[in-house]
Amino acid sequence: MSVLQLTSVTKEYGGKPAVRALDDVSLRIEAGELTAIVGPSGSGKSTLMNVIGTLDRPTRGEVMIEGEATSAMSDAQLAGLRARRIGFVFQQFHLLAGLSAAANVATGLLYRGIKPKERERRSHHALERVGLGHRIDHRPGALSGGERQRVAIARALVGDPAIVLADEPTGNLDSKTSEEIVNLMLELNSEGSTIVVITHDNELAELFPRRVRVLDGRIDSDVQVEALIGAV
Amino acid sequence: MNRSRLRFADLIRTGLLGLTTRLGRTILTAGGIAIGIASMVSVLGISSSSTADVLSELDRLGTNLLAVEAGASFLDDDVRLPDTSSARIRRIPATENAAALTPVSVDIVKSDVMPSGRNGGVQVSATEAELLDTLAGTVADGRFLSTGDGQLPVVVLGSEAAERFGISSVKHRPAVQLGEHRFAVVGILEPLVLYPDIDRMALIGFDVAENLFDSKRAPGTVYLRTDPDYVEQVRNILARTVDPASPSSVSVTRPSEALSAKAEVNKSLTNLLLGLGAVALVVGGVGIANVMVISVLERRGEIGVRRALGATRRHIAAQFVVESAALALIGGTVGVGIGALVTIGYAKRQDWTVSVPLEGLALGVLAALVIGAVAGLYPAVRAARLDPAEAVRPA
Repeated sequence: MSVLQLTSVTKEYGGKPAVRALDDVSLRIEAGELTAIVGPSGSGKSTLMNVIGTLDRPTRGEVMIEGEATSAMSDAQLAGLRARRIGFVFQQFHLLAGLSAAANVATGLLYRGIKPKERERRSHHALERVGLGHRIDHRPGALSGGERQRVAIARALVGDPAIVLADEPTGNLDSKTSEEIVNLMLELNSEGSTIVVITHDNELAELFPRRVRVLDGRIDSDVQVEALIGAV
Repeated sequence: MNRSRLRFADLIRTGLLGLTTRLGRTILTAGGIAIGIASMVSVLGISSSSTADVLSELDRLGTNLLAVEAGASFLDDDVRLPDTSSARIRRIPATENAAALTPVSVDIVKSDVMPSGRNGGVQVSATEAELLDTLAGTVADGRFLSTGDGQLPVVVLGSEAAERFGISSVKHRPAVQLGEHRFAVVGILEPLVLYPDIDRMALIGFDVAENLFDSKRAPGTVYLRTDPDYVEQVRNILARTVDPASPSSVSVTRPSEALSAKAEVNKSLTNLLLGLGAVALVVGGVGIANVMVISVLERRGEIGVRRALGATRRHIAAQFVVESAALALIGGTVGVGIGALVTIGYAKRQDWTVSVPLEGLALGVLAALVIGAVAGLYPAVRAARLDPAEAVRPA
C-alpha cells in the first residue's frame, strides 16, 4: 500500500475558460521515500502540494492517503486525516508568536485530543530530533530563521504522520541554513520519515533521491537516484 | 474514522492565547465593554440605592398622613380653618392622631440685644403636643412640647431655626426672645423630610400663644394620621367635616404622595439612563466585532496552519467565539467592579444606605459574555470559511 497515491488528478480553477492547474496527474509515493517536487512558478506544484495535503480538493481524480480515498470525505473527516496522517512545513514557518518552541511543536498534537502532558513530552522529543533540545523555551522571535524552520519541522513530525509535506522550506533562508535544513530532511528520512519537498530550485532538488518535475500542470519527468543518499 | 478532537480546556486556552498575544488591543477593546457595563451597573446601583432611601423614608413616615389647610384666598392672606377643626377631625373614628399648627405673629430673635427683624426668617407657630408623633418626627436634643407646659414660656426649634440661632444643644439652657418675652429652648428637632417649613419654625404651645401674644386658636393647618386602611375614605370626607358651610375652601393633601412621585421619577430616569448604558454596551459589542474581523484578516496564516494541523471549521469558529467572549468577559468583570465602586462612592456621599444588587452584578457579567459571544459569531464564521489552501499561501 502506497503512502500516497494520486490517480488522474485534475484541478481547474473557476472562470471561463477555466484555468487548469493540474492536468491528469498520477503519482505514487511509497513509505520511506524522500521526494522533491520541482517546477517553475506557475507550473502547478503548489496546487499539487495542496491537493496532496487535502487542503484543496481535485476537480477530478482521486487522492488516496494510506489507501484511503479522500474524495468522498467530509471537510471534518479531512481535518481528522490531516491531524493524524499529514505533517506540513511552510515557507513562512507559520509559528505562533506567543508560544514557546515546545508549545508551538505541541500544537501539532492539539487537534488530536492528546493530553497536555503527553503533548509536552512528545514535543520535547521532536525538538531534540531536529537538534533544538536547547531551545525548548524560546519564543519564535528569539530564534534564527533556520531554528524557526526546525521548530516547524518538529511540529510536522511530532504526530508521526505518514507523510511530511514541505512547501519551499528553504525559501526564506540563506544558502548555508538551507543546506542544514536539507541535511536535516535527509537525516529524518533515513530514520524512516516519508518526506515530500516542493521547490522551484533545481539545485536543491538535485540533493534529493527522487525528483518529480512538474511543468504546465503535468508531470514532466520522475527520476529516482538511489546512490545519492550516501553522498551528502 | 479518526476525527479531529480539541479538548475543551485546550479550546479555552487557544482562545485566550489570541488575547494575551495582543495585550494592548485586548485592553482597549475590553475597555469599551467595561464602560458600557460600568455605566449600567452604576445606574442600577445608584437608582436602587436612591429608591431604597426614598422608600425607607416613606416607610418610616408612613403613607397615612394627611394635611388639611385653608384654601388660598385672594381676599385674605391669613386664611384660617374654623376654630373647631381639630376637634371635628379627632371625632372621625379612623383618625389616630391629629395636631393643629397656627402661625403666631410675633418676632423672634436670639437675644434682646439683637435688633428685631433680623431673625433669619424663623416663623413662630403655635401647636399641640401631638404634632411630633403625628408627623413621625424625632427630637435631636431635649424634648418636645407637652400638655403640661401650660403657660410656661418654652419653645422647641426646628432644625434650621436652631442652626440660624447657633443653638445646637439645650444643655446650657439657651433662650430666645419672642417679642417682649424670654422663652427657654427646651428642644431641637431633627429635620422633617416632608415638612421643610417646620424646620424653619419655632414652636410654642397654644395656651401660651393665646395668653402672651393674643393669638387666635383657629388653626392654619391640621395634620392627621389615619388608620392606614381608611386613608382615602377619611380624605374624601375631611373637607366637609372641617367646614360644612364651604368645603371647597379647604384643601387636603397627602404629603407622602410627593415622595412616591419622587420614587416614580427615579424609576423613569433610571430607565432612560439604563437605555443609554445599553447603547454603550452595544457600541462596545460592535467594537469587539470590528476588532475580531480585523484579527481574522491578520491571522489568515494562523488559521491556515491550524486547519493544516487538523482543526475543523468548527474548531476555528469556536476559537474565535471563545476569544471574543473572553474579551467581553474581561471587560464585563472590570465594568461590574467599576460600577459597584461608583455606586458605593455615590451612595456614601449622599448618605444613602448602599444597595448594590448582586443579581445586577451577575447579570452584568452575563450580559457581557453573551454580547461578546454574539459579536464574535460573524468574525468566527468568516474565519471558519477561509479556504485553508488560500490561507497558508504567502500574502
